[in-house]
Amino acid sequence: MSSSEIANTATVDKNGSLARARVLRSMRWGDVLFESLTRTAAISVLVLLGGIIISLFIGAWPAIKTYGFDFLTTQRWAPSLKPQPVLGALGPIYGTLVSSLLAMVIAVPVGLGISIFLTELCPHALRRPISIAIELLAGIPSIIYGMWGFFVLGPFLAEHFQPAVIDFFADVPVLNVIFAGPASNLSLFNAALILAIMVLPFITAISRDVFATVPVVLKEAAYGAGCTTWEVVWNVVIPYTRVGVIGGVMLGLGRALGETMAVAFVIGNAFKIKASLFAPATTISAAIASEFAESDGLHQSSLILLGLLLFVLTFMVLTAARLMLMRLERNQGK
Amino acid sequence: MSPPKANPYYAGRKRINLLAMGLCYGATVFGLAWLVMILGTLVSNGLPGLSLDLLAQNTPPPNSTGGGLANAIVGSLMLTAIGVGIGAPIGLLAGTYMAEYGRHSKLTSVIRFINDILLSAPSIIIGLFVYGAVVVPMGGFSGIAGALALAVIVIPVVVRTTEDMLLLVPNPLREAASALGLPRSLVIRRVAYRAAKAGLVTGVLLAVARVSGETAPLLFTVLNNQFWSLDLTGSIANLPVTINNFVNNPDPNWKKLAWSGALLITFAVLSLNIAARVLGSSRNEK
Repeated sequence: MSSSEIANTATVDKNGSLARARVLRSMRWGDVLFESLTRTAAISVLVLLGGIIISLFIGAWPAIKTYGFDFLTTQRWAPSLKPQPVLGALGPIYGTLVSSLLAMVIAVPVGLGISIFLTELCPHALRRPISIAIELLAGIPSIIYGMWGFFVLGPFLAEHFQPAVIDFFADVPVLNVIFAGPASNLSLFNAALILAIMVLPFITAISRDVFATVPVVLKEAAYGAGCTTWEVVWNVVIPYTRVGVIGGVMLGLGRALGETMAVAFVIGNAFKIKASLFAPATTISAAIASEFAESDGLHQSSLILLGLLLFVLTFMVLTAARLMLMRLERNQGK
Repeated sequence: MSPPKANPYYAGRKRINLLAMGLCYGATVFGLAWLVMILGTLVSNGLPGLSLDLLAQNTPPPNSTGGGLANAIVGSLMLTAIGVGIGAPIGLLAGTYMAEYGRHSKLTSVIRFINDILLSAPSIIIGLFVYGAVVVPMGGFSGIAGALALAVIVIPVVVRTTEDMLLLVPNPLREAASALGLPRSLVIRRVAYRAAKAGLVTGVLLAVARVSGETAPLLFTVLNNQFWSLDLTGSIANLPVTINNFVNNPDPNWKKLAWSGALLITFAVLSLNIAARVLGSSRNEK
């Protein structure tokens, strides 16, 4: 090897390691950049939540300052009163809570029934199509539920269902107040029924998933001891999955509380609280949806305050739901 | 030994079982019946109005005949595309951090918790937030505000699926790539993303499905527009709010258009849902 050749390889080597060092350095920069990019995006999720709370609080501040705690206990909603509107949240809060709870009363047994059907009774070939069909209920946009509830369900219930129930309970004390006439196309009950259909897929999906976590040996042992299917479900499956099922129900409740368009169409937007479930009412979200665009000043601030209350309410319910589902996962050792 | 049938106690248990299982069948029929009834109503009310005019003509003035939903459809597509275009990358990156860099960090569990809350937060609250944060400072309703509201709804959906899907990618794949000297960011982008591709696409599709029917957050961010407009700084026509306005109006022509729009939007959303599910399940079976 001549000396010039040796010198040549040395330069190549030097150039090559230089180039490699450059590439490595740029890769390290790329690494740092990508990591900080992803971390920023992740933190932006937290910022988003903070932003929502702060923005609602700022918007609601004039109403908080003017009404204070009276806002929660006042039923009167008179936005155009002079010199200052009288606004209270009692009606929408009542409507939100009652419609959502009633929806859960309808949706929980039905959802559990469907999950039991899917996990215990359904032929294997039908299991997936039926689950998907139920889950598609969650895909239908809220406004479609509203239109359907307004044009189809409302008139049907007012004509055929409500009069029958009103007559049936006419002589029963208490119930004749809850189910008092007159029948109405727009009512708290209709809203609850629509909400029940809308949260049904959430409750079904979660309870089906947690039912599937029951160890097969447990069920087989119960069957082996001579239990009927129902006894296995009631004494083994449900106790084993109780926390998860409650978590799913709370998740559904969180959805129901904030549902807007469907409810706005069918509830009738009446701020006065009536004892009858067949009377029109309103919810927080329906009130915001129908009045916000034409509101200003204190009226608008009060609507934002309603939104803040709704957010706090759903936040609490969803937190409870997540904590329960997390506890279930921990118990499974995940 | 007498057959168990003769035991009255056993017969009672069997009757209870039969009743309970019957109720479970009933619940399933009850659940499926709503789907059939709602879709049936949509088809019977919306189908007569389906025509080329629907796609070619703009929304008509009140008390006229004809017209279509062209401006609303294009507006909705634009808002959805921009909303997903902003929200999906942020969601993907955030989900990547949670599954890759910060898998065991405290920050990740906090973000996961907050993200789950945002995932179920009422969409009207998002509308109020964007109204306060964008519409008021900008001095008016705008397409940008609407797209941002949709982006806020997209982010948690994509974060959730991205994290879940990346966690499913087996670690030996990452270790093999690292052993070859690939830096972390390339391991993620070239290996983990590729392995989880179907799942990531599913997440984005679900997010598109979720926002394309959203009405509440658009009501007071973009409002609506009677005319053809592609100007993002002003109000833009969009399908959900158009349906909302038309259906509440006594004009029969508007009502017909609203039902046709409802049919379009529902079937678009349901097809997206089914497509996402098929894509997701083909991955899981592999």
